[in-house]
Amino acid sequence: MAEQSVAIELDEVTKRYPGQREPAVDGFTMSINPGEITIFVGPSGCGKTTTMRMINRLIEPTSGRITIGGEDTLSLNPDDLRRRVGYAIQQAGLFPHLTVAQNVGVVPGLLNWSKAKTTERVDEMLALVGLDPGEFAGRYPRQLSGGQQQRVGVARALAADPPVLLMDEPFGAVDPITRGNLQDELMRLQAELRKTIVFVTHDFNEAVKLGDRIAVLGDRSTILQYDTPEAILANPADDTVAGFVGAGASLKQLTLMRVRDVEMAQAVTATDDESPATVRQRLEAEGRRYALILDARRRPLRWVHFRQLSGSSMAGIGRPVGDQVSIQSTLQDALEAMLTEGGDAVVTGSRGEYVGTVQLDTVVTKIRELREEHAS
Amino acid sequence: MTLWEFVGDRWSRLAIEAYQHASVVIQCTLIAAVIGILVGVAVYRSPLGSIVATALASTILTIPSFALLGLLIPVLGLGVAPTVTVLVLYALLPIVRNTIVGLGGVDAAVTDAARGIGMNRVAVLTRVELRLAWPAILAGMRVSTQMLMGIAAIAAYAKGPGLGTEIFSGLNRAGAANATNQALAGTIGVVVLALVIDGLYLIIARLTTSRGIRG
Repeated sequence: MAEQSVAIELDEVTKRYPGQREPAVDGFTMSINPGEITIFVGPSGCGKTTTMRMINRLIEPTSGRITIGGEDTLSLNPDDLRRRVGYAIQQAGLFPHLTVAQNVGVVPGLLNWSKAKTTERVDEMLALVGLDPGEFAGRYPRQLSGGQQQRVGVARALAADPPVLLMDEPFGAVDPITRGNLQDELMRLQAELRKTIVFVTHDFNEAVKLGDRIAVLGDRSTILQYDTPEAILANPADDTVAGFVGAGASLKQLTLMRVRDVEMAQAVTATDDESPATVRQRLEAEGRRYALILDARRRPLRWVHFRQLSGSSMAGIGRPVGDQVSIQSTLQDALEAMLTEGGDAVVTGSRGEYVGTVQLDTVVTKIRELREEHAS
Repeated sequence: MTLWEFVGDRWSRLAIEAYQHASVVIQCTLIAAVIGILVGVAVYRSPLGSIVATALASTILTIPSFALLGLLIPVLGLGVAPTVTVLVLYALLPIVRNTIVGLGGVDAAVTDAARGIGMNRVAVLTRVELRLAWPAILAGMRVSTQMLMGIAAIAAYAKGPGLGTEIFSGLNRAGAANATNQALAGTIGVVVLALVIDGLYLIIARLTTSRGIRG
């Protein structure tokens, strides 16, 4: 049943409403990559939702062409088209008179799946979005929290395994903590499913977090910039985009990069069995002031300043290493560790062993490089 | 003869009339429900249509039932035809109004999601909108039934079926033997029937409304 990822092409798509001089969407042309999350982000009323709703023909385009996986959507029956395109919206839009299982099973039902196959699929979907089928299948939407309703909404959208998923501010109506969890969940799902997802939001931070590509839209759904989050953050196309990106673009950049993406430095390391004099010699040879003490399994223990190396034993001297980061951590986490530690951030590998340090200079240089790279 | 003795004496006749009374009211409510829901479905998306349909149904309700019945006799004759016509017309307003209100009250996000996941117009209406509007529609039918219980008694004026026959006959013979008992038996019969059917409505509402939307 799993279909391959499909691309979506929009070609000169225009929507005019009768009695309005300006079109709501004006000549929108865009290629949406298969298997990626593409975010439409823009201010309220810019036409981003209208544009998305033309993809599954909830709104019929006045002119232009939309193809999904090469197939012209206008050549299909709109109801058949929509059964093949997942759709999740703000407030979830669950059917209040149906149980969770019945809600998720609606599209398989419309596609005439057998009862057994539908039941199996419903359980699979609920488990996929992190809801225990045994506990939730028989509940009604009003017995769920906002976040749970949203999960059911996503499960319903994915039930018939559509290659394309349209999401219209799906996490707009839940509290910030739940929203963060749902975003993480979506990224986890997407890593597994590789759907072609079009996601509408007005929250730029959400766009940066979730998007493989972001389309920043202005009035009448004009594309102000369509690029990767890194590129938009590093080099906003114009003042409007810059305004939308908002303050702290460089800090947002840091959330997109991992420690493994930058060059690590090596600290002078030592163990507790060594004599302070030897360690002191090594520090002087390297021209450093601090040494990092590791345990027998090379896990970082303490930072020791060379002035502390005057006694006869290493035991008990120095300052314990507090915050450390892993090579998977974001550069933002690394920066946070630097600020709390007041120096280089210690990086550990998968078993907690020391692998290197990240220095403030490295982070600064990386940001500068990114800006230069995207400036062309 | 006391009222009890009168009822005992005339039981078989009263029972038949009570049955006919209930039968005509229920059947007329059902006919009105079909017409009313169709009208409601036809107009609920248009604000103007909704206003016109509700206004028309309200106008019917303002005509005194006795007058309407009398005016229909020359056209439809006596008996069942004018009775059913009058009852159906009076039952329309609560049903039409509640259908419009019920359908209009369905959350737009829910219908949008229904369309978005591939339900066609008919499926959205029958599988989502009408299901959600059902408690309101049923409440309208319940009000209509209560109203028709009283109006059906007046239909005896046009030789319609039901307990109204006893009431009219009793009142016409006022002063004669058992005249009061007869009118009282008819009246109390209507009240008892109305209460019984109202109880049935509660059971029906419970059985036909999803637990997810039960208040």
